[in-house]
Amino acid sequence: MDINDFRGLATIFTMIAFFGIVIWAYSSKRKKTFDEAANLPFEDEALHEKTQARTGDDK
Amino acid sequence: MSNSTTVPEEQTTYNYTVVRQFSIMTVVWGIVGMLVGVIIAAQMAFPELNFGPYFHFGRLRPLHTNAVIFAFGGSALFATSYYVVQRTTQARLAFEGLVKFTFWGWQAVIVAAVATLPLGLTSSKEYAELEWPIDILIALVWLSYLAVFVGTISRRKMSHIYVGNWFYLAFIITVAVLHVVNSAAIPVSMFKSYSAYAGTMDAMVQWWYGHNAVGFFLTAGFLGMMYYYVPKQAERPIYSYRLSIVHFWALISVYMWAGGHHLHYSSLPDWAQNLGMVMSLILLAPSWGGMINGMMTMSGAWHKLRTDPILRFLVVSLSFYGMATFEGPMMAIKTVNALSHNTDWTIGHVHSGALGWVAMISIGALYHTIPRLYGQTQMYSISLINAHFWLATIGTVLYIAAMWVNGIAQGLMWRAVNTDGTLMYSFVQGVEVSWPGYVVRMIGGMVFLSGMFLMAYNVWMTIRSEQKTSAADTAAQPA
Repeated sequence: MDINDFRGLATIFTMIAFFGIVIWAYSSKRKKTFDEAANLPFEDEALHEKTQARTGDDK
Repeated sequence: MSNSTTVPEEQTTYNYTVVRQFSIMTVVWGIVGMLVGVIIAAQMAFPELNFGPYFHFGRLRPLHTNAVIFAFGGSALFATSYYVVQRTTQARLAFEGLVKFTFWGWQAVIVAAVATLPLGLTSSKEYAELEWPIDILIALVWLSYLAVFVGTISRRKMSHIYVGNWFYLAFIITVAVLHVVNSAAIPVSMFKSYSAYAGTMDAMVQWWYGHNAVGFFLTAGFLGMMYYYVPKQAERPIYSYRLSIVHFWALISVYMWAGGHHLHYSSLPDWAQNLGMVMSLILLAPSWGGMINGMMTMSGAWHKLRTDPILRFLVVSLSFYGMATFEGPMMAIKTVNALSHNTDWTIGHVHSGALGWVAMISIGALYHTIPRLYGQTQMYSISLINAHFWLATIGTVLYIAAMWVNGIAQGLMWRAVNTDGTLMYSFVQGVEVSWPGYVVRMIGGMVFLSGMFLMAYNVWMTIRSEQKTSAADTAAQPA
């Protein structure tokens, strides 16, 4: 086995890893978790307003 | 990690001080860096403007690139990453002392660059010109940045880490690795060092660094920005969170291998050049995956573009990102590169990314963030944002169109041969043909820069109106 076999295997491994990620990401089991994650930017308004109210002590 | 439990509930507010500092410095360094850009553009069009050793194109050009990439872009990344990581983890920034150090340390790096580059103190590595003492300070600031970012993520209130933070984290980790490896050097005096690598190997390391600085500093970091600000400003979640995960892993694993295209037709071995070309072509897929994800977030909200110039900045920046990431792989094809290499086309390509993508998304993000940092709901003037949007767009289009025309003209003239095999044009004839393009480029730069002045005024007035409101609040409160 020489270095070129490793290079070939690395390509195959990367391909498997890629398809693995696609299958993982698109599995219907994770839909709910990802929907929640996608909403994270909208869920901290209370904390933001608290910070705005305390502007000044923040310095 | 359970740092969060040690923080009393009432103290968990966000650290906006450092975000304010970096936001303001983004505007300041944007003006400085782009002003130097306009000056060197003028020097290209009118060589009489090269004065003495300190005010010469060769000394000012690295100052321009360092100022716009690391001072303007860097401050924008610090500001938005510190803002986004807090707001999406619902935790205050970790390590208060290190946070302060990242701000003051980074400003010190920039001031050192402004002082040393015109003096001609340079390691001569493109986008890594700063000499070794400054490189050490950069490394310290960057490791502190990493500690703060990871520390903050570990304080998060939910199990999931929002995708924007993944991109920011990849940007921070990779830039640390790139900087340390590429800046490895043997110092011979306080201001002089020699690269630890020699010959072609040095070139390969340099462009592994250079291209991944594009891929991680100028792309992954700003994609982190995109994944927060586009959904937030459009008021709808990202089109596909699943696509964002595939986008992330595909982008970071492919980018690493594309640097060879900077060394096409050089002494770099052919196989490495071909690898660089193939990987650059593959890179189109993840780049467009991200661009489409951002664009599709707008579906059902396109009407907002009519009234919201901030959203226009964000969406047009994505269009330029899509354009530049199509153009890049195309230019990496060796036969196309034979025409484009070393011509102004390259500079045009860089600026469609730098002005169109990086600067415009940063500007949009800051217009979203700044009022929120100063207790406002929106900027002082929306119509000034709109004016800025048009100046930025027109400036960018003028710039890149001028460079396309110049680049293709130069490439064609340089390779034109007579029937007896001699060159059809001398080099200076190519320069002569380029002159109108240099003038148009300078005008495009001026137009873009003028928008930055509108931004500075708008930011100033937004901050002032906060002080007025808070003064009024204090007066209204009973004693």
